[in-house]
Amino acid sequence: MAKITYIAHDGSSRTLEVKAGLTVMEGAVKNNVPGIDADCGGACACATCHVYVDEAWMDKVGAASAMEESMLDFAEGVKPNSRLSCQIKVTDALDGLVVTTPESQH
Amino acid sequence: MSEPGVVIVGAGHAGGSAAAFLRQYGFTGPLSLIGEEPLAPYQRPPLSKAWLKGEADAEALMLRPDSFYSENDIVLRLGVRAERIDRDARTVILSGGEAVPYATLILATGARARRIPLPGLDLGGVLALRTAADADQLKSALGPGRRLAVIGGGYIGLEAAASARALGAEAVVIEREPRVLARVACEALSTFFQDYHRKHGVHFILDAGVEGIVGGDGRAAAVKLAGGDLVEADAFLVGVGAVPNQELAVDAGLHCSDGIVVDLEARTSDPAIFAIGDCTRRPMPLYGARMHRLESVPNALEQAKQAASALTGRPAPAGEVPWFWSDQYDLKLQIAGLPFDAVQTVIRGDIAAAKFAVFHLDAEHRLQAVEAVNAPPEFMAGRLLIGQRKAVAPDKLRDMSISMKEVAA
Repeated sequence: MAKITYIAHDGSSRTLEVKAGLTVMEGAVKNNVPGIDADCGGACACATCHVYVDEAWMDKVGAASAMEESMLDFAEGVKPNSRLSCQIKVTDALDGLVVTTPESQH
Repeated sequence: MSEPGVVIVGAGHAGGSAAAFLRQYGFTGPLSLIGEEPLAPYQRPPLSKAWLKGEADAEALMLRPDSFYSENDIVLRLGVRAERIDRDARTVILSGGEAVPYATLILATGARARRIPLPGLDLGGVLALRTAADADQLKSALGPGRRLAVIGGGYIGLEAAASARALGAEAVVIEREPRVLARVACEALSTFFQDYHRKHGVHFILDAGVEGIVGGDGRAAAVKLAGGDLVEADAFLVGVGAVPNQELAVDAGLHCSDGIVVDLEARTSDPAIFAIGDCTRRPMPLYGARMHRLESVPNALEQAKQAASALTGRPAPAGEVPWFWSDQYDLKLQIAGLPFDAVQTVIRGDIAAAKFAVFHLDAEHRLQAVEAVNAPPEFMAGRLLIGQRKAVAPDKLRDMSISMKEVAA
């Protein structure tokens, strides 16, 4: 279990207990957190689960794969702390993680 | 009888997402979701991929946990069939005879596996792949020493063949056309997939008519080909496309034409009734006045958003470029757009290295579609370019020294 805080573009936030083994994307979708669409269900095929990882957590979530990098290259509003949330597996070490969703997923 | 609100018929990806979006967008009225299957909304794409290979469990398959529906005041009624719509009374009549009143009805009835008139289709061991129950049956029939015969070389058939190989089973694919994916992919891609599957031990019988499935004691034993040859197997999968579940709508007098006809708000010819997902025929604003049937999760989500937006007074969501994906072995196939009016194809990358894309351009060099294998930048940039409707020089697309970012800039 890890507590994950999802902050929406408008500043509203939700903190949820997400089971280890799920992805940050699944934690959002299963709880109807707005702003994470995840059209492909986690296949790293669509870039509609784009999030900004809180700077303090960048090391802990690890680096993006080459596949993820090339998907992110074309997502809207990409920043150095952009990740696809379907590629971040939740572990106990991510307890407290904070991510922010972008204005749009296109 | 409760106050009429929004009633959604069909608890699949489209129906489940529409319910979630309605609540997300602030709809507070009564909301019920009626499904024929015994399961809450789940994801179908993994049924032929990760789930079939045993890489995803039942919980991962579920779109949302069961608690989601009670927490969001969504009445989930499963294992119930909607039999009829009474448009005058604004009710849906269920299999038990109960009439459920609606203010707005959303049809999300999906599609079903196409059945071809073939002798032996009812024998034991002959399967289709559409539902979790279908996938359960197929999974239990596969394993080392088993042999899967697939009738139909489409995505479902090829994904199932790849999964069968991963489970140690033999796989043979029988296709009527001279190439697999004949209806849905270009020739270069068909050839590539055939070769790749062959390398992984899948057998193909192409250009082959099927006379029927034969067996004994009620169990299928072999596919009988038009020439009389028998293809023996332990399990049989018929994957020859899907047909929209439009009967409810047809019987209710809604405008249907191989799919329930809707507008860009996902509204049917009755303003109180919407339809979303695989069961619909919808406008394709990127491709002129065309109407099309899209069988995909992105389309189900897009139309769920259209309907939920219209019902909550939100501005219509931005139009999307249709897209599809398929995973087979270590191949990630991503397709954006549809090759309507395409007169030219441009191949970028290295087919032999399994990293390439096929671009389809119309006469004005506008990108209509891209099929990308292990080539996410080509897919992502292609999707942008298709949406922009501007001309792209074929030489630029072909030139690997120009990055896709530059091409799309």
